Amino acid sequence: MSKILEAPGAGALAAPAHRHVRFGRLGAFVERQSVYSWLMITPPVLFLLTFLGYPFIYGVYLSFFQKEVARNASFVGFGNFVKLYNDPIFWQAVRNTIIFTGAATIFKACGGLAMALVMNQSFKLKSFARAMLLLPFIVPTVLSTVAWQWILDPGMGLFNRLLVVSGLATTGPSWLGTPTMAMISVIMVNTWRGLPFFGISILAGLQTIPADLHESATIDGAGTWGRFWYVTLPSLMPVILIVTVFSIVITFFDFQLVYVLTGGGPANSTHLMATYAYSLSMGAGQMGLGSAVALSMVPVLGLLLVALTLFVRKD
Amino acid sequence: MVGELTWQKRLLGLWLPLAGFLVVALFPFTWMAITSLKTNAELYDPKAMPLAIKHPSLVHYIDLLRETNFLVWVANTMLVAVIATGISLLLGAMLAYPLARMRFRGGALLAVTVAITYLIPQTLLFVPMADLIGRMRLGNTLTAVMLTYPTLLVPFIAWLLMGYFKTVPKELEEQAMIDGASRWRAMTRIILPLCMPGFLSAGIFAFTLSQNEFLYALLFLTKSSVRTVPVGVVGELIRGDAFYWGQLMAGALLGSIPVALIYSFFVKYYVAGLTAGAVKG
Repeated sequence: MSKILEAPGAGALAAPAHRHVRFGRLGAFVERQSVYSWLMITPPVLFLLTFLGYPFIYGVYLSFFQKEVARNASFVGFGNFVKLYNDPIFWQAVRNTIIFTGAATIFKACGGLAMALVMNQSFKLKSFARAMLLLPFIVPTVLSTVAWQWILDPGMGLFNRLLVVSGLATTGPSWLGTPTMAMISVIMVNTWRGLPFFGISILAGLQTIPADLHESATIDGAGTWGRFWYVTLPSLMPVILIVTVFSIVITFFDFQLVYVLTGGGPANSTHLMATYAYSLSMGAGQMGLGSAVALSMVPVLGLLLVALTLFVRKD
Repeated sequence: MVGELTWQKRLLGLWLPLAGFLVVALFPFTWMAITSLKTNAELYDPKAMPLAIKHPSLVHYIDLLRETNFLVWVANTMLVAVIATGISLLLGAMLAYPLARMRFRGGALLAVTVAITYLIPQTLLFVPMADLIGRMRLGNTLTAVMLTYPTLLVPFIAWLLMGYFKTVPKELEEQAMIDGASRWRAMTRIILPLCMPGFLSAGIFAFTLSQNEFLYALLFLTKSSVRTVPVGVVGELIRGDAFYWGQLMAGALLGSIPVALIYSFFVKYYVAGLTAGAVKG
């Protein structure tokens, strides 16, 4: 870096003419900011148009058609959406998605904040502990979810075995067998996986709070709680907010966890919009209807993000 | 007295909660390991203590490697993750560089559009994507996922790299160009090398995300020999309603180790990438 800074520079005014001669006409054309930018940007934009833009438009188009496997699509206007409006499972999936996203995000934010506060002290092997705590977030979801399925197994799973061995219960609950318990389990596993993301991000935010803010608050007579409420939390709000938005989006679109853990059951009680869209398209072969469910996810997600904004504004 | 108090404070404020977080984070992996090392007789014995292993055995690992294509899945997953990450880094950098460092017509709109692609549900894309892959005759090839994973990764990588590209002062580039370097030379010799940490962060992130991807792999890879670890484990180790927990846990553990190992080498960059957006934004 220092080499570059020390390099002898020609006068700024002389530069353009000098460059013109040096690169020739084509060179000078390419050197223009707008030309160079578009030359760089065209390949990725073409790639995204082909593999993201086209499927997106085709997906939106499909949601206005009745399209079944190996059959030609027939235009039905808003027919698919009307059908969904009268479909109790669809509304159940919408409700589940909102509960799942809302509850898991709140647990992850609170747990993550606690993790960050604990980790924001100096101790030996801190970076090792941080690496360990992040493991649930980096291990492929499907693999950890399969392990959770085994942990929650009603007869031989770890939780119920421990409950029985310790004498706390004669038989444990059916973690994935009843609608309420299954929903709780799904939220629990998602929280387990996503909590470190909050924890480590908030920890990074904590480390940017200047120490003198805390010092002056202490001089003003603030106790531990006072410092937390009036110094730490307000300074962390921007970080928490960004991480929360991220987490809401990721959680909202989650597919693999429910697909592996419950398959949407028992009796559709844990179907999310993503898994319902998948099961309509792939299970029932109704691709138009499935696309309509997927497209309906966008306004629901928008609603959740608006709700978050209103909640923050109120504070 | 004061010493005693801080010692207690340290225990309650640090060590106990830290131990709690660590136990919660790690016990599923421990349970995977314990299960995979037990024989079926011990595994399904209701009287045995679940957390103890009396007769450790590698039988599930041997069965896993002998009866399934597990090692092929691991190799597929690695190959796909490396290539998808490479493509995404290249395309992401090409997208991010002008957006972060140059002014041009349409730039702002493009930056917003790239961010908005985050909000497109993958479940809306998969039917058209399957159609596209079918028409390109790429069904059941690793190319199918190598081409589709970057659609999930490029917007994210571009966004992450933009943050890094913006931190390099404009003067460095201007100085180089005054000295006669072309834009391309200034970019490849000066700006990009300074952003190496950003590339490492984006790369390790993209790599773990590729290892994690499930939906496209589930749809496009239905032949055992082209499957990735997540799809192979779910598709072939869960046979109907019968669960082979010993083998499943052996597979889940072995499948997690490569990602965990690579992550542990780059954990510094992973955390930097994770927090770059949160703290800077």
